[in-house]
Amino acid sequence: MTGIATPNGFSLDNSGRRMVVDPVTRIEGHMRCEVNLDENNIIRNAVSSGTMWRGLEIILKGRDPRDAWAFCERICGVCTGTHALTSVRAVENALGILIPSNANIIRNLMQSTLYAHDHLVHFYHLHALDWVDVVSALKADPKATSALAQSISPWPNSSPGYFSDVRAKLQRFVDSGQLGPFMNGYWGNPAYVLPPEANLMAVAHYLEALDFQREIVKIHTVFGGKNPHPNWLVGGMACAINIDGPMAAGAPVNMVQLNLVSDIIDRTIQFIDQVYLPDLTAIASFYKTWDFGGGLAGKNILAYGEFPLIANDYTNNSLAMPRGAIINGNLNEVHDVDLTDPDQVQEFVDHSWYKYPDETKGLHPWDGVTDPNFVLGPNTVGTKTNIKQLDEGAKYSFIKAARWRGHAMEVGPLSRFTIGYAKGIAEFKDPVDKLLTDLNLPIGALFTTLGRTGARGLEASWAAHKMRDFYNQLIANIAAGDSSTANTTSWEPSTWPAEVKGVGFSEAPRGALGHWVHIKDTKIESYQAVVPTTWNGSPRDPSGSIGAFEAALLGTPLADPKQPLEILRTLHSFDPCLACSTHVIAPDGDELVAVKVR
Amino acid sequence: MALLNPTFYELMRAQGTSRRSFLKFCSLTAAALGLEPAYAGQIAHAMETKPRLPVLWMHGLECTCCSESFIRSGNPLSSDVILKMISLDYDDTLMASAGADAEAILDEIPAKYPGEYILAVEGNPPLNEDGMYCIVGGKPFVERLQQVAANAKAVIAWGACASWGCVQAARPNPTNAVPIDKVITDKPIIKVPGCPPIAEVMTGVISYILTFDRLPELDSRGRPAMFYGQRIHDKCYRRPHFDAGEFVESWDDDGARKGYCLYKMGCKGPTTYNACSTIRWNGGVSFPIQAGHGCIGCSEENFWDNGPFYSRLAAVGATFGVEATADEIGLTAAAVVGAGIVAHAGVSAVAHLTRKPPTDPPAPPAPPKAGDQP
Repeated sequence: MTGIATPNGFSLDNSGRRMVVDPVTRIEGHMRCEVNLDENNIIRNAVSSGTMWRGLEIILKGRDPRDAWAFCERICGVCTGTHALTSVRAVENALGILIPSNANIIRNLMQSTLYAHDHLVHFYHLHALDWVDVVSALKADPKATSALAQSISPWPNSSPGYFSDVRAKLQRFVDSGQLGPFMNGYWGNPAYVLPPEANLMAVAHYLEALDFQREIVKIHTVFGGKNPHPNWLVGGMACAINIDGPMAAGAPVNMVQLNLVSDIIDRTIQFIDQVYLPDLTAIASFYKTWDFGGGLAGKNILAYGEFPLIANDYTNNSLAMPRGAIINGNLNEVHDVDLTDPDQVQEFVDHSWYKYPDETKGLHPWDGVTDPNFVLGPNTVGTKTNIKQLDEGAKYSFIKAARWRGHAMEVGPLSRFTIGYAKGIAEFKDPVDKLLTDLNLPIGALFTTLGRTGARGLEASWAAHKMRDFYNQLIANIAAGDSSTANTTSWEPSTWPAEVKGVGFSEAPRGALGHWVHIKDTKIESYQAVVPTTWNGSPRDPSGSIGAFEAALLGTPLADPKQPLEILRTLHSFDPCLACSTHVIAPDGDELVAVKVR
Repeated sequence: MALLNPTFYELMRAQGTSRRSFLKFCSLTAAALGLEPAYAGQIAHAMETKPRLPVLWMHGLECTCCSESFIRSGNPLSSDVILKMISLDYDDTLMASAGADAEAILDEIPAKYPGEYILAVEGNPPLNEDGMYCIVGGKPFVERLQQVAANAKAVIAWGACASWGCVQAARPNPTNAVPIDKVITDKPIIKVPGCPPIAEVMTGVISYILTFDRLPELDSRGRPAMFYGQRIHDKCYRRPHFDAGEFVESWDDDGARKGYCLYKMGCKGPTTYNACSTIRWNGGVSFPIQAGHGCIGCSEENFWDNGPFYSRLAAVGATFGVEATADEIGLTAAAVVGAGIVAHAGVSAVAHLTRKPPTDPPAPPAPPKAGDQP
């Protein structure tokens, strides 16, 4: 391959020097990325590979569908709960189970809590080091840092003494010679452009966010008993409400626990609006000219929608965050999305480590076939167990290629906000316009790595304020005398039809998530999850179209061709989740085991 | 251990921690470990004289819930653990570097500190397809895992994956994922099961190792006895309702709102060894049973295949040898309440005698000592 054009509008050229990044760190799971650099160290070809596979859906075959949420929840412990939510929705859809209003509200509150937590941790602990030079922070003037912090936020931890203290701690840490997680970082790389004071402010908030994030998830602990991996229930939620009856003190949800939830919501809103958003804007203001990483953003984007405001109504009439698809950058037309239509969501495997009878065609999740097939192409450099360079002309990833009506799509906070923007919904459009105005940037600046990171921050704030709305709705319901949390009329499998299919969807923090379940004789016959990183991290498909990760990397220059800083920056802007994305479909799972077990 | 500088205490002092705060930290650590207050002095002494311990944290097939749980720790704060207590030199979820720069650390640290670093493992290795269902740096994870384990002082198996296999090893285990003690056989392994383990249990294990310079006493299954010595049922705040025969019969019924026992809803508390009902979760806010859902037994081996989760234990067979059926116990206990306190105590005594499951082995072996290692 030298200089080929992909059907989805990108040029690939693999003639330059190959660079391998494996493992890609600060993500969930295992991922490898290879790029070719031209003589100016600009990325001209990109290959992203999911490098783990667990076979969760095979394991689900034959299980009780009421248990599926717990298995699916373990697909990912970072976006913990979102797979469980999607699973109970799929099973309820299949069995026609309607959940009480309180259960819907509590689920919305747990999901918005996840957004606030996950986005915050992503920004500071998985992504910030792509923009923030920790070592440079040592050169910061605490007084100037204080002035910077106080000019952008009322957050109280902002005195010169505070930043002096943080700098001193950092100095001692560096002087110890044991750099821990900061060892071998890319400190001093010319792609870091923040002044020392902004770096010091960000390091201080890296530590504050690490200490604060554990508070946010206590909302999951109240309603689900623990975090990570709170408990869910088909038919509603198990957390019975008892505010003023006998023995309320020992009930799952009582006045004391609600007060805790309310207090955490206030503190979460404050932290995101006074620390996360101001930091994001400040950092972005220094990186305005680094406008790389667009790829599919603003061109082909997809969202399933989330946060039903009316229990059991999963249409756009009810969803606070809208569903839709945009094709070829036409923001004037938002297409409807139907997850049950066999022609819309499909997965291809001709470049994935799986086998189909006919690999020129895609399969809808309800019609999937299972057959892992770990084979390397003829141009692979290395051996089966020591891969030096992948052959992207052949199979090269445990991620399948998900397509919507044949198009590679980008999903995630930026896609959600873009669809909300295109639909003219004020709560999405206004914050975007304000951020662009504050930074004096045009709308096109949104469709970049930085735009992806910016949209995630805006969404964290949106979600934190939604937490307050959902809490207020719960209180209003209880005040009106409704304490119901579960519908048990279809709990017993003896009441179920012999054979049903269902689909459940959500918007995980990383993007659109769908689960397709087939229940036969009260057991799971097949189960399929198509997750955000299946979309974003997809390999090439039979037509040669590339996925969102690969597209976003093209055209990006590396300041130091020995350091993958800019590659990490763009990949992290998607918040990849590899354990989620590397799965297979299930109908003939037993056959797989017969073949593979040694 | 070779002298790495500075010590915890020097570092904490240098980083602005006052002597008073330092001693308070030691007291809280002692309390968190369930130790007498007098141990605070011993902790302080240890922290004043010991350097930071290198920790290499590797990830196999997993979901990262253990890392997420670890950073939930409130006492000690995970930031204090990472910056002041250990030197977290490799952790692909948090580390700044990537690719070859990251992998180089897995060569450098074992060479620099042979026999002195802790290997912490989250997730497990799949053995099918020559190990290539989990690839790191182009090679099978299992190969790298064994290399890094070779010179470790000890190994911590975080969570159900590393300890038992967990969800990817559930029937039919398509990748042949195995617990790490199947591929690391010559090192002390501390199993800290749970999906995930409780945050303060994770940091408690690390604090203990640092404080006393030895590995915690392990039970016969390799778990720290201090956290896994009792079943959730034994210390559950709903236990009196079990004894009184008061059960949740249906989700969101009157019993559910009153906090009755969840045994009939499938709760696995009676067969699950963990500290959820004592330490609780996320700073003591709640735990699964308090939040109204039964325990799913996530710290037990093969818990995924011991379900379904909503079938009561008596119906799932061999794992449960305590109370034959809830109805029997309930009826007996109800009769006892009428008959008087003496008979009630008799039931309790019977329950006590039968509390140990028949599979529980007689006595744990002597705990491995750090000094035993080369």
